[in-house]
Amino acid sequence: MKPRQRHPKFSPRRLWGIIVKEFTQMRRDRLTFAMMLGIPLLQLTLFGFAINSDPRHLPAAVLLADQGPQGRTLLYAMQNSTFFDFTRQVRTEVEGRDLLARGQVQFVVNIPENFSRDLLRGDRPAILVEADATDPAATGIALGSLNAVLGGALRNDFKGPLDFLNATASPIDLRVHALYNPESITQFNIVPGLMGVILTMTMIMITGLAITRERERGTMENLLSMPTRPSEVLIGKIVPYILIGYIQVGVILVAARLLFHVPMHGSIPLLLVVALVFIAANLAMGITFSTIAKNQLQAMQMTFFVFLPSILLSGFMFPFRGMPRWAQTVGEFFPLTHFLRIVRGILLKGNGLPDVTRELWPIALFAAVMLTIGVKRYRQTLD
Amino acid sequence: MEENFAIDVRGMTKRFGERTVVNDIALQVRAGEIYGFLGPNGSGKTTFIRMLCGLLRADAGSGTVLGFDVIAESEAIKRQVGYMTQRFSFWEDLSIAENLDFVARMYDVKNRAQAVRRSIEQLGLAGRQRQLAGQLSGGWKQRLALAACLIHQPKLLLLDEPTAGVDPKARRDFWEQIHQLAGEGLTFLITTHYMDEAERCHRLAYISYGNLLTHGTVAEVIVHVRLTTWSVRGPGLLGLAAQLRQQPGVQQAVAFGNALHVSGDDAAALEAAIAPFRQAPFEWQRIASGLEDAFIHLMEQSQDNFAPAVAAEPLKK
Ligand SMILES: Nc1ncnc2c1ncn2[C@@H]1O[C@H](COP(=O)(O)OP(=O)(O)OP(=O)(O)O)[C@@H](O)[C@H]1O
Ligand SMILES: [Mg+2]
Repeated sequence: MKPRQRHPKFSPRRLWGIIVKEFTQMRRDRLTFAMMLGIPLLQLTLFGFAINSDPRHLPAAVLLADQGPQGRTLLYAMQNSTFFDFTRQVRTEVEGRDLLARGQVQFVVNIPENFSRDLLRGDRPAILVEADATDPAATGIALGSLNAVLGGALRNDFKGPLDFLNATASPIDLRVHALYNPESITQFNIVPGLMGVILTMTMIMITGLAITRERERGTMENLLSMPTRPSEVLIGKIVPYILIGYIQVGVILVAARLLFHVPMHGSIPLLLVVALVFIAANLAMGITFSTIAKNQLQAMQMTFFVFLPSILLSGFMFPFRGMPRWAQTVGEFFPLTHFLRIVRGILLKGNGLPDVTRELWPIALFAAVMLTIGVKRYRQTLD
Repeated sequence: MEENFAIDVRGMTKRFGERTVVNDIALQVRAGEIYGFLGPNGSGKTTFIRMLCGLLRADAGSGTVLGFDVIAESEAIKRQVGYMTQRFSFWEDLSIAENLDFVARMYDVKNRAQAVRRSIEQLGLAGRQRQLAGQLSGGWKQRLALAACLIHQPKLLLLDEPTAGVDPKARRDFWEQIHQLAGEGLTFLITTHYMDEAERCHRLAYISYGNLLTHGTVAEVIVHVRLTTWSVRGPGLLGLAAQLRQQPGVQQAVAFGNALHVSGDDAAALEAAIAPFRQAPFEWQRIASGLEDAFIHLMEQSQDNFAPAVAAEPLKK
């Protein structure tokens, strides 16, 4: 008997062979190629319109320096309005800003020292509300209601001896700072988000078809009869589409800049690096579907099975912090959720590496898990 | 055992659900041999070949292919085997050259560019190497597939109906090439439905419903079937055939050109059956049974025997 050679090692040369093949096939498949460019353009046009929603229970932090009862009264009123949900108490303005930058809260309400005393004196003390206006749909309605909510609360409180205060136009000085997107332009929020949505849809779909196509055309039998490793086939099929992903990112960034004048405060190179991880995560998910689905139709169905909840629960359609808790929990599992925070963070808030890393590792973990499942599921036989 | 077998397997069995598609088949193919693998549609030929190269997991069976364990070492087997699928399975959206190049890369062929060029020249496709494989005619697809199977210089070729839909001239060229390669030491296992091709093989195996019914050289197979055949000429053979088929002892009455071949496995019974018709205007002559007579006989027998479970005992030597 000859010496036993059991599992041959991963061969970079074979991997390259598969990449070359996939590239050539991709180049020949004009229709798919056109679609990969057409989908971003179409969606950009469609979603250029604002999507309205009525979010409530938005998380807010409070910086309460006042010792008196009136400050608390106002906070209760805000909580009762159901728009605000005070989840945190901070000690400094920096701490509050940090929560906003990380997207942990939508608002920081700052009630200064001696607020109650000044109010009773009729000095019109200031209340500062800082809002993360990245998504105007999320904050707009809550902020709009603020005057009425606070006014109503004060009127109730000032019945009797304090009634004189109600004579003044407004006993307090409400200051709202809309951070990140001060003009509340919805497109500023939607267009960067579209980058994630488009990548999710097209990347999952295109690799979802990759292996089922081989199976349907009968070429799988040939591929399997050759000494290829599953990892070579899977990675070889992913790599060429990364290029497609980057073309889409490019199209969207250019459109964001030139058509929608989206501000770009952060580092674009950083965004491009992060996009690679996100693209890879979606491609890995697609390729895994491809190993599970029996045919191309099933692969398509699986794509939509993930795509729909992704756009609904990721914070693209509805403000993430405005969703019920269970929906937020589910949403955390989608790479899109994290990528949306990253892309909006980088472009609109100017977030840097530390903020990005926090959202990046779940995406990377997702990619790794998916690829592992894919390699495990990839059948090396026809039965 | 010390004889040099390229394929030496036994007990190979494959079930799809309840159905046993390949049933306890043993096969020995010597190195350098052209081995024909025959059987009616759906008899399990493709399934058997797929098990040999690790494309299907066998439910039972053991043995070696090229010295490697057929169950445990399919990765090693794959590297030295060329498998030509029954259905064209190269990439139709890649050109001829790209397909060959891809295959060469997968097998890590040394001097890849040169190997591809040589292969294209041998095919006689030098002028059309940029043509997409999907645009080739059926016969040319077969030739491309064969060329691709040979590019990594395998020791064993498993060819599943390599000449289906190929014109006679190309078929002859193909067999010439096969014999030449076999002379150089390559081993072939070829499935076919053509009798002339079966006769060109060194040895044959015939399977039906997953059972190996017979194997050996052409002559051995015919002898093994023990069929007696008479040829009859004359007018109104069609009517005669219908009458003869009613007779006990007559198992086949098949028209061959202007003659009718009448066969049965019991020589005496057959002779008794045809006795009433052995008069003018019919001319009777006892002839040697052909391979086709033998195979058709085997096919009909195995159908009869199939009903009581797996009663058709595989004929083992
Ligand atoms: N993947 C499968 N699942 C279920 N049944 C199968 C599968 N592949 C083959 N079969 C069945 O196994 C039997 C043998 O099929 P196989 O393709 O091996 O026959 P074959 O001898 O190659 O026939 P042909 O001459 O038509 O090519 C057939 O009845 C077929 O229906
Ligand atoms: Mg077959």
